Amino acid sequence: MLEIKNLHVELEEEGKQILKGVDLKLEAGKVHAIMGPNGSGKSTLSYVLSGRDGYAVTEGSATMEGADLLEMEPEERAAAGLFLAFQYPVEIPGVGNMTFLRTAVNAQRKQRGEEELSAGDFLKLIRAKAKTLKIDADMLKRPVNVGFSGGEKKRNEILQMAMLEPKMCILDETDSGLDVDAMKLVSEGVNALRDAGRSFLVITHYQRLLDHIKPDVVHIMADGRIIKTGGPELALEVETQGYAHLLGEEA
Amino acid sequence: MALPQQKGDATAERLSALSRPEGGAWVSQARDEALARVQAMGLPHRRDEYWKYTRPETLVDAAAPHAGVYEPYEAQVFDDIDRVKIFFVDGAFDAEMSDDLSLAGVEIETLETAGAADIHWARDLYGVLEARGQSPVERPLAALNSAFAGQGVVIRVTGKAAKPINLAYLQREADTDVMFHHVIKIEEGADVTLLENGPAGARLNKVMEVEVADGGAFHHVRTQGRAHERRAATHLFARLGKESIFKSFTLTVNGALTRNEAVIELTGDDAVAHIAGAALGDGATGAFHHDDTVFITHDAENCESRQVFKKVLRNGAVGVFQGKILVTQTAQKTDGYQISQSLLLDDDSQFLAKPELEIYADDVACSHGSTSGAIDEEGLFYLRSRGVPKPEATDLMVIAFVAEALEEIEDEAIAADVLARLEGWLERRRG
Ligand SMILES: Nc1ncnc2c1ncn2[C@@H]1O[C@H](COP(=O)(O)OP(=O)(O)OP(=O)(O)O)[C@@H](O)[C@H]1O
Ligand SMILES: [Mg+2]
Repeated sequence: MLEIKNLHVELEEEGKQILKGVDLKLEAGKVHAIMGPNGSGKSTLSYVLSGRDGYAVTEGSATMEGADLLEMEPEERAAAGLFLAFQYPVEIPGVGNMTFLRTAVNAQRKQRGEEELSAGDFLKLIRAKAKTLKIDADMLKRPVNVGFSGGEKKRNEILQMAMLEPKMCILDETDSGLDVDAMKLVSEGVNALRDAGRSFLVITHYQRLLDHIKPDVVHIMADGRIIKTGGPELALEVETQGYAHLLGEEA
Repeated sequence: MALPQQKGDATAERLSALSRPEGGAWVSQARDEALARVQAMGLPHRRDEYWKYTRPETLVDAAAPHAGVYEPYEAQVFDDIDRVKIFFVDGAFDAEMSDDLSLAGVEIETLETAGAADIHWARDLYGVLEARGQSPVERPLAALNSAFAGQGVVIRVTGKAAKPINLAYLQREADTDVMFHHVIKIEEGADVTLLENGPAGARLNKVMEVEVADGGAFHHVRTQGRAHERRAATHLFARLGKESIFKSFTLTVNGALTRNEAVIELTGDDAVAHIAGAALGDGATGAFHHDDTVFITHDAENCESRQVFKKVLRNGAVGVFQGKILVTQTAQKTDGYQISQSLLLDDDSQFLAKPELEIYADDVACSHGSTSGAIDEEGLFYLRSRGVPKPEATDLMVIAFVAEALEEIEDEAIAADVLARLEGWLERRRG
């Protein structure tokens, strides 16, 4: 599904190198987790994959189902099935959440040459999905993320994911800011989407999320590189011992 | 006091090119008085402080600058709204095109008819609100209008108007120089919605005087014509009584030069005045200079005023906002709000703002703000990351930006129509 090879990325303006050779291969149907110290480059990786401005790829490649992601516009990546649940979801005053979602769903359908969803069908769909995530009608009417609590913003990200049904889902610290019940809701939302054709890249600091969303593979990122890859037990190791010994091993 | 030479010459030249319309005693007297005001003030000159950001020459010159006829290829604005249509073609009332002027709760006359009488209730308003509005800042183009406009409507609203009244201004000939003067009186507890649309002419000078008596309500929505070369100087003078409501919204897309002035006096306690505008200009499809100049005077207690002006500017378009809230000593518990913002879609466009507060009462809440900025890149990326292509995402952000102004339109169907015009304009400019 997703293949990243020797990816080197620097900040366009400062020329500061953030990713220093990331390699990662994620098969269809699998869930991979990325853990790593603050500032190690996890969000940068997710932004570069989704096409945000301000980064320069100096070396390496990233492909999704064989297509060169780095050549595509952000909207093309989305239409091709890539989705990023933001670590910090953006507030857009003046744009209603519902309008935003309907525009997004139909824009993707249009780009894929599919028929647009009728207003009625869309409404039915979003009501059902919002309900399972305990997102009330009021939140759908309000401007995108404006005045949402931290946890509400994260649930709103998952609602978007559920509506857009992407193939490749990147979740950047979707668990941070969630209370225990919301974490369960969100995990259930994610698990409901798990299937053979869909892959997840879950960025998190906490083992707890991985109790709910069971990963197949866990990667540790440090200083712009994947320094260790293992099974779910690696997350437990980080939980109890921190990163120091892993960083030591690498040095 | 004699006028400075240049000003005096320009004024004399313009006056000599105009002819006085015919009328009965009351309107003739009002026109005489207005002419005296113009002669005393002189027409605007580019060194006048009030014209610092907008050059008045083309509004003052004896001949209107060239402007061709623009044929928009879309349906008439407000066509889905059940309304009384009053058409003016090249500056003159067109009875054939217009609907019958009878409407329950309202008396509608043309200015020609009302002015032909020797005496008329409109004498208490015609040129009167305009004259009051000459202080503390002079508005000579409005006085010029009172002196020379021969066309317009005179409306008295005595109850709840059964439907909106629509003044539509068509331009059929190039280079037309057009003036309208409207007088609207809303009696106690009465209520009307007035719609205006169309370019009117190559050059338009329009004055509207509105009195809203105690408990009355006036709703006003206008879309200024999409003609690229047109020029307009409009004045809206309003005086509001106790517990009255005044709401005015203007959409402006295109137009080489537009200066919209509003002078609103809140003279009765608990009155509400909202004035809003959205202006979108693209220098690539014609010059665009849009100026909103607003002066609101709070002269009674517990009144509320809101000014919400949004401008979207690209390719060298220029936006101007001069807005003032004056709160007199007696106007305690005033709630005044003013926001003027521009969205600059490139580095060539310009927004010039002069917000002012002058407050003499001690128990008031007034806030004002003015900002100018580019489109929010974070928001744009967020939309694109969800699959919305850049041009559509940009338009969504633009619409979000002007939303606060659009929200001032109360009627949902009218608001939807205005929004559709705005969307159409954006769509036609998609890259
Ligand atoms: N626009 C930017 N300007 C300056 N520095 C940046 C910018 N974007 C990222 N960085 C730096 O790049 C490094 C990696 O940041 P990134 O956000 O990818 O880390 P992270 O692994 O997601 O951290 P966290 O776990 O705290 O979310 C950090 O040192 C950060 O300060
Ligand atoms: Mg991060």
